[in-house]
Amino acid sequence: MKINDVILRTVTKIVVFIILTFGVELFISGHNDPGGGFSGGLVLASALLLLYMTYDIETVHKGIPFDFKKIAGLGVFLAVASSAVPMLFSNQFLNQAKGEFALPVFGATELSMVLLFEAGVALTVVGVVVTILLTISEDVS
Amino acid sequence: MIIPILILVPFLASLFVPFLYTYVRSKKIGWMVLPVPLILFVILSFQIPSLASGENLFHTIRWLNTADIHFTTHLDGLSMILGLLITGMGTLVVMYSIYYLSEREALGRFYMYLLLFMGSMLGVVFSDNVLVLYVFWELTSVSSFLLIAFWHQRKNSRAGAKKAMLITVTGGIGMLVGFLMLHQMTGTYSIQEMIGMAGTLPTYDLFVPAMLLILLGAFTKSAQFPFHIWLPDAMEAPTPVSAYLHSATMVKAGIYLVARFIPVFGESELWFYSVTFVGLLTLLWGSFNAVRQNDLKALLAYSTISQLGLIMSLLGIGSAAMLDIPGADKTIYTAAAFAGLFHLINHSTFKGALFMIIGIVDHELGTRDIRKLGGLAVFMPITFTIALAGSFSMAGLPPFNGFLSKELFLEASLAVQHLALPGVHIWIPIVAWIASVFTFVYCMIIVFQTFFGRQQQQPAWVDRGAHDPRPGMLVAPSILGVLIVGLFFFPNVLGKWILKPAMAAVYPSFGNPESLVPHIAAWHGLNPALWMTIGIILIGTILYIFLRQWRRIYTIAPFSWKIDNIYTLLLIQLEGNSYHLTNKYMTGHLHRYFTYILLFFITMMGTALSFVWRLAFNFSEDSVVTVNEYILVMVMMSAAVAILFVNSRLIAILLNGVLGFTVAFLFVVLRAPDLALTQIVVETVTTVLFLLTFRFMPDWKKERPRRPVKVLNACIAVASGLIVIITALIVQGNRLFDPISKYFEDAKTLTGGGNIVNAILGDFRAFDTMLEIVVLLIGGLGVYVLIKLKDKKDGDGNENQ
Repeated sequence: MKINDVILRTVTKIVVFIILTFGVELFISGHNDPGGGFSGGLVLASALLLLYMTYDIETVHKGIPFDFKKIAGLGVFLAVASSAVPMLFSNQFLNQAKGEFALPVFGATELSMVLLFEAGVALTVVGVVVTILLTISEDVS
Repeated sequence: MIIPILILVPFLASLFVPFLYTYVRSKKIGWMVLPVPLILFVILSFQIPSLASGENLFHTIRWLNTADIHFTTHLDGLSMILGLLITGMGTLVVMYSIYYLSEREALGRFYMYLLLFMGSMLGVVFSDNVLVLYVFWELTSVSSFLLIAFWHQRKNSRAGAKKAMLITVTGGIGMLVGFLMLHQMTGTYSIQEMIGMAGTLPTYDLFVPAMLLILLGAFTKSAQFPFHIWLPDAMEAPTPVSAYLHSATMVKAGIYLVARFIPVFGESELWFYSVTFVGLLTLLWGSFNAVRQNDLKALLAYSTISQLGLIMSLLGIGSAAMLDIPGADKTIYTAAAFAGLFHLINHSTFKGALFMIIGIVDHELGTRDIRKLGGLAVFMPITFTIALAGSFSMAGLPPFNGFLSKELFLEASLAVQHLALPGVHIWIPIVAWIASVFTFVYCMIIVFQTFFGRQQQQPAWVDRGAHDPRPGMLVAPSILGVLIVGLFFFPNVLGKWILKPAMAAVYPSFGNPESLVPHIAAWHGLNPALWMTIGIILIGTILYIFLRQWRRIYTIAPFSWKIDNIYTLLLIQLEGNSYHLTNKYMTGHLHRYFTYILLFFITMMGTALSFVWRLAFNFSEDSVVTVNEYILVMVMMSAAVAILFVNSRLIAILLNGVLGFTVAFLFVVLRAPDLALTQIVVETVTTVLFLLTFRFMPDWKKERPRRPVKVLNACIAVASGLIVIITALIVQGNRLFDPISKYFEDAKTLTGGGNIVNAILGDFRAFDTMLEIVVLLIGGLGVYVLIKLKDKKDGDGNENQ
């Protein structure tokens, strides 16, 4: 039996972008406001989950051809590597440096090493959540 | 700064090799690896003059201040010897392996493991911080495991790798505990600082346990009796690996550790007894068992065990110099340690050469069984020459370096009679002499049964094309052969430049290292040691000639005993028993597992709470509970209770969702938006997970357990709830430490981030976060592996060859 899910599909197409934007916003704003790598990553992952639920795995995989295990690995690597970078400058492990930069679009922006670290956290969360759910759903189907 | 880089280089190289190998899929990869150990060797060699003039290179990279763990490297004479061996033998072995391994092998993997080992071994000998040393120590075990199991399609390789891993890692963990005890006594992790405090140590109760545990680590790693059983099985590794790890470097790590800790523990008689007698027993047992082997590589394995025992016993006798003996001339004991270090180098040269020669024989003729070999001297003259030098050196014959250290060993065994300790003055020389006789016999077996006799087999060798290998394969053993002879004629060069600083490192309290370095002379008069050598040669020759006649004693107990059987029995018992035990409580019922977890929680927390019970509750600082919070908590409670009474799974899931989302609301009311946000997303993802598996769950059956079970479950549930409440209240109302909230109030200035929660996650407690995502990744991969690999089990036929 084929369920008529036109409404779901249509809504998803729009909503996914809103959720993704929200996820990125959460990630960026986490420095001073609620959000951060973990919750941002979870929101991004839930957007992907919505896609997977609405369409099937193969269709989504055509659009997003990533191996999410590798994304999780990349995340951990990013977090650990960015933590080790300060040691090269005779600082301690995990010493998070920061500085003001003049960027073309954003103007004077404060950038911090913690951004890389949190990006690692977010990628790990996305990778692991999607991996677990995909693995289980592929198993039961 | 040189030394930390020296350690790092092999690790970096080992990372790059697999990538390089995807482009260079041929033997050229070996030539690209070769410069790594060679350059390290040259750099280290440049440090020799400054070390010989009494300097030490000490460098600290501060790392974890609060834990007092720093990456401290220390280059002194002792670590220099090992460092030169690791890089020097490393160079030769890599060169040899280029010709030994065929292009079909997974060369990228091989060199990656080899470099990984090289880096960890350098880390072991250069680290001054015991915890860093421990990590490198275990890394050598891991890389050794990987290298032994290099041909992992063979069952024996896997079994040998597992055995080596189990034994050495067990010892390693014991050693770690010993290190922690030392830290307990001295308050430092630095070996040099421990040496500085050595005088006060014997008064502590932990002194003897710490010593024995550290010795356990050293004995397992250096294959001392009765832990030697892993070494013969490790011979399943490719021959370059055996030559490198299992004769020249890794097995010397235990000896290095003993030498390093002589200044710390040497004043104890127990240390002297343990090291000396374990060493002697190993020497005897190893040499005795080497004679019965038919496989040349197994013979060399037992001979390595016995030679390691020899060095160990020399260090034991050497540590007698630290004992409090009135009026004795201590240089006769320091000379023993000197002989041990000298033999350490000599052993690496002749044993490395012999392993390479056996590898060549195996490579050219396809067998290393001495019952099939014979008469090869005519066909492989160069190979034969090097084998002759190596074997005679090992047997202690002139003009080879082994003669010198063997004489020093015999002298040291006689020197102990001046010690006024019970049970040493007769047994040590006798055991040393008997073991040396057996050593002589198996050395003759290597030379004469492989390269002479059996004329009738020679035509067969001609058919098989027996000849010396390509010149490239002979370069490495030839260099070692030249060293074997060279060290005999110029031993005092080694003594002055290499051994003198090493002796200064072993006996830091003895002042002038010049007096610790005896002059080595090939001819030292007709002293008792020389008479012992003559006796060894005479009796050894007789025993070799009548080998066939007396060999059957190996079938009589106790000579036929194998420690191996104990290991096998223990392992089988362990596996069987733990299988039964696990099956008993792992029943597959989830509620059983919950019972275990909660029972454990109740016991642990309950015990802890009963100790701190006097900490009364204190509600004075708590804020007032508002109406909103009351309502939310009521909703949560009713949802939780209602789950118990519903009849369908869907409703249960929904109620669970209600519970979760109410918690999120509670976070909002308590002004914790970050937590609320995370909670909501987690709830959403969990619900999706439920939906996925919903169809496949078995029918929702109301379980009707017996009444006692119900009561018990209720008790467990109520007890765990109570404990959580009590813990929370106690924590809230009492203050044992200074509040750390000041950090969080100053988060903006300290970290630059305005959000306190993320300041904690990303900066204050970033280490936790980092490890948590590692755990998350492991968990995710665990789910993936468990689900994806479960149905592949029966498809694998060619695992056990």
